[in-house]
Amino acid sequence: MCALIGCYLRIALAGFRRYATYRQAALAGTATNVVFGLIKISILSAVYAAQGGGSVGGYDLTMTITYVWLGQGLLSVVQFWGDADLDTRIRTGDVVIDLTRPWNLGMALLAEDLGRAAFASLARFVPPLAIGALLFPFRWPTDPAVLAFFALSALLAVVISQGIRFLLSLSTFWLLDPRGVSGLYRVGGATLAGLEIPLNYFPSWAQTALWFTPFPGMMQSPIDVFVQHGSAAALLAHQALWAVLLTVAGQVVLRRAVHKVVVQGG
Amino acid sequence: MIEVEDLGRTFVVRRKTGLLRRSREEVAAVTSVSFRVDAGEAVGYIGPNGAGKSTTIKMLTGILVPTSGRVRVCGLDPSRQRTELAKRIGVVFGQRSQLWWDLPLVESFELLRHIYRVDPAAHARRLAECTELLGLHEFAATPVRQLSLGQRMRGEVTAALLHAPELLVLDEPTIGLDLESKERLREFLAELNASRGTTLVLTTHDLDDIERLCRRMMVIDHGQVLADGPLAELREEVSPERTLVVDLERPAAPLDGLPGVVSVRTEAGGLRQLLSFRRDATTAARLITLVADRAPVHDVSVIEPDIDEVVKRLYQRRSPVA
Repeated sequence: MCALIGCYLRIALAGFRRYATYRQAALAGTATNVVFGLIKISILSAVYAAQGGGSVGGYDLTMTITYVWLGQGLLSVVQFWGDADLDTRIRTGDVVIDLTRPWNLGMALLAEDLGRAAFASLARFVPPLAIGALLFPFRWPTDPAVLAFFALSALLAVVISQGIRFLLSLSTFWLLDPRGVSGLYRVGGATLAGLEIPLNYFPSWAQTALWFTPFPGMMQSPIDVFVQHGSAAALLAHQALWAVLLTVAGQVVLRRAVHKVVVQGG
Repeated sequence: MIEVEDLGRTFVVRRKTGLLRRSREEVAAVTSVSFRVDAGEAVGYIGPNGAGKSTTIKMLTGILVPTSGRVRVCGLDPSRQRTELAKRIGVVFGQRSQLWWDLPLVESFELLRHIYRVDPAAHARRLAECTELLGLHEFAATPVRQLSLGQRMRGEVTAALLHAPELLVLDEPTIGLDLESKERLREFLAELNASRGTTLVLTTHDLDDIERLCRRMMVIDHGQVLADGPLAELREEVSPERTLVVDLERPAAPLDGLPGVVSVRTEAGGLRQLLSFRRDATTAARLITLVADRAPVHDVSVIEPDIDEVVKRLYQRRSPVA
């Protein structure tokens, strides 16, 4: 059991190191995130200016600015879209290598992604957050315990996001080319998770509907936990439920894929 | 080590036959393959592209579920006990990599130690052995993406051996390698088979791989085993001749009458001469010496009957029976 955990821990570490190799790319990505953060702030501030302050959907201006910087940082930690590594491996047939290893492929990829997310937390999350906290009105949690909840919530967000990306990749086993489905996800996923505007700006029926999906759990929930908007326990429970559901679904689909479908290539 | 009985695998192919209509068609990649490989053997598994080699390999490693027949590898059912089997066999795909592209080679090895849950001391010992024999120290700290193909293949083979597998399956391990790298790899594998008794099964398009490594060759085509036996016998049976191509300094009369030469063909008015000789009667080296005595030689090369030729002949030989 110890060896088993050690194995996935090492894979996570390898994930961290893999991404840590490309520091310039991380730097460039962070710069882009910051620029987009500034653009989003100027647009969202206009909303508040137009209605003369106050709050929109339960967020005041400070909370909205905090939302923007947290979101710009979380974006690369959660990674809605990104390297289509597994898709390519399935399409080219390289996945046979992954399948001839004595591991659980789903768990191995999750471990690697958590390693990646750990690196992203340092390289991609901290800088936008620091800029936001130092140069803008920023809403820190009133209780240090909230930071721990936020960390847990961000972790669950990564698990949910990885679960969805894993399922999308697995669709390659049947579709041979996942670009259609992942394109759709690329367009819709992040918006429904609350990347462009806070989900509480949405009409209330849409917000209710979104609660039946995993999307808010990937970005809006950790942010809401941080700015203490809504009940942290409920947000975390919703995320945990989806994290478990998606992980189980990934395992089931993987098993079916392996047993049913042709592995590509000679 | 491996028992295969009446193994078959069909794939369903859907073909467009109209605007919306699609027909469903079953294509057999492997029809009915039976063989046995004992522990310690070295078997070459050859056949033209699309013959069913890789499909068989995938069924042996448990990646693909057979549609019919029975497979046992190391006493396990590969597709049902894939993970268990994975710990006992090593797989090298010449065209795919099992190393972590972005990480230094040694880190891939270290990671594999954890994935295969190998005892650190045993792992270190085997790694030291492979490092020594394959000369890995020069590039062990280099990220895999910066390795040359030859270096990477040495890394791949090492990666497949660190958990001391009883069986090593190699799918075109020498593809794309230069002569020296091929030779080095073959030497290592031959040694592995001879001293450690690791069973080898390899598919290849390079007859020399088989020649250097395998006492036994299996030929597959159209999803069926065409021939199975010692390489020397099979080659002897179907194509006993090699050809020495000699380019002379000046055109000369056909170099008839050399011992062991079966036929002589001339090209470019005698400037190039093609001497077919039986491999059991003489060697290329002896023949070159004899030729050089008779005329000034500019260049020489030896043409082996290539694998497609051997397979073709095996196929021609078998087809009246089938």
